[in-house]
Amino acid sequence: MSGADATLAAVAREETGRLVTALYRRFGDFDVAEEAVQGALLEAVTQWRRDGPPRNPAAWLTTAAQRNALDLLRGRGRRRQVTERLAATTEEAVPAADEAVGVDADDRLPLLFACAHPALAPEVRLALTLRAVMGLTTPQIARAFLVNESTLAQRIVRAKRKIVATGIDLRVPDDVDGRLPDVLAVVYLTYNEAYVASAGGSEDRDLGADAVWLAGVVARSLPRKAEAWGLSALLAVQHARAAARFTARGELVLLRDQDRSLWDRRAIDQAGKDLQRAAALRSPGPYQLQAAIAMCHAEAPSWSQTDWRQIATLYGLLTDIDPSPVVRLNASIALAQLGPGQAERALAEVEALGAHLAGYHLLHATRAELLRLLGRPAEAAAADRQALALTSNDAERRLLQTRLRRHPLTDGS
Amino acid sequence: MKYVLMFTSDPSQAADVTQEQAQDVYGRIYGWFGEHAAVISDSGAELQPVETATTVRTGGVVVDGPFNEAKEVIGGFSVIEVPDMDAALAVARTWPGLELPGVAVEVRPMVVDYSQFE
Repeated sequence: MSGADATLAAVAREETGRLVTALYRRFGDFDVAEEAVQGALLEAVTQWRRDGPPRNPAAWLTTAAQRNALDLLRGRGRRRQVTERLAATTEEAVPAADEAVGVDADDRLPLLFACAHPALAPEVRLALTLRAVMGLTTPQIARAFLVNESTLAQRIVRAKRKIVATGIDLRVPDDVDGRLPDVLAVVYLTYNEAYVASAGGSEDRDLGADAVWLAGVVARSLPRKAEAWGLSALLAVQHARAAARFTARGELVLLRDQDRSLWDRRAIDQAGKDLQRAAALRSPGPYQLQAAIAMCHAEAPSWSQTDWRQIATLYGLLTDIDPSPVVRLNASIALAQLGPGQAERALAEVEALGAHLAGYHLLHATRAELLRLLGRPAEAAAADRQALALTSNDAERRLLQTRLRRHPLTDGS
Repeated sequence: MKYVLMFTSDPSQAADVTQEQAQDVYGRIYGWFGEHAAVISDSGAELQPVETATTVRTGGVVVDGPFNEAKEVIGGFSVIEVPDMDAALAVARTWPGLELPGVAVEVRPMVVDYSQFE
């Protein structure tokens, strides 16, 4: 990442949400506010790469965004009255963030609730959040998700139009508990996308780190919400292991084979503290349980010295709350580690899930592992080949191909 | 902002509703209009059953039945005026009919700004 790109990534993350909110509060039009900031970010990419980053990047972005907002409003003829009123406003109308904007960290929260609004289609909430809250550009989002840029742009335009037309305001709803799961889901998906895409994803933005940061913003803004801390802990502990997930050549390394000295111990300790904070609020939930499971792995000295009994117990609790096939699949992996007798049970459970997850490559990869554990290599190889046929992720494909090479089979073995 | 609440139901599921249940909900719908009088800018109308619908199509062709073949039919509508979408959704959520199977309330903002036609 070049110096200009690194500066922009940091400033974009810190300032975008604040600027969109400030411009919305000033001009009363979400579409204009968001478009103005996105335009400023795109200008910054070109100009900062050419001339180097400005002395005060936040102020530069603020000025550019405000100018864009005024241009957009002038360009929209039917907003004549607004434009006339604005004609007199000076360029200083929205101060830079490092001066007194009157917008603090918590002011990103209303924006986040609007972007994750249930009136928007679930698949567009994530893209809109990445743009309006995190300051990713549409090309960056398209690259990260491997989707067509113009299709993505259209989807975002439609979502913004709906926000404006239906009168979705930027505010923290009265029913925070009812709506928080939607916000947390968007943050979780941000990390999930980064996790899956990390082999080939966007190089000018570390989406995984961005998701961890956003989870922290939400938790600090809503300090009494246990699941917000739980999600913050979960993403932080997952991200703390990021350096060990790939070899220098980009090969995927499974948890059992990871070099645990590469894990970020300080981040793991911090995640542990966040999780304790969540637990003290006595309102358990799926993110806290997932974080607790991830902490068990993070604190184990090795795969074989992992507290599998604790993990299997936590999965039991998680399955009670969320009996979805993917959770049960993961639970069965933990179960299999408890002893040879349990591996049989785990395999039976995985087979039973086959009807729901037949098209999910990790079902077949898990079956392969369990079959190998039970000394049935021919069936294991067949399952790995099924998994291979079902994933298009390069890193996962290479891992499966390596596994198939390492366990060569002759016919009838 | 002004929103139209469209009260829809699925007649095929109406058979599961007992007479007492329907009467109970109907009674509370009356109360609902009282409770929300402050935000109801037009109480709108309740429509006769969908069997009474007649549709005029392109070219003036008159046909029997509603305008589309969806399972859900519109049974009535009201106009409310509230500050934003969240407030509109909060009002829609309290519609007593939502206790019955197949009932839904569609929330649509009303066009109120005609300045582009000036």
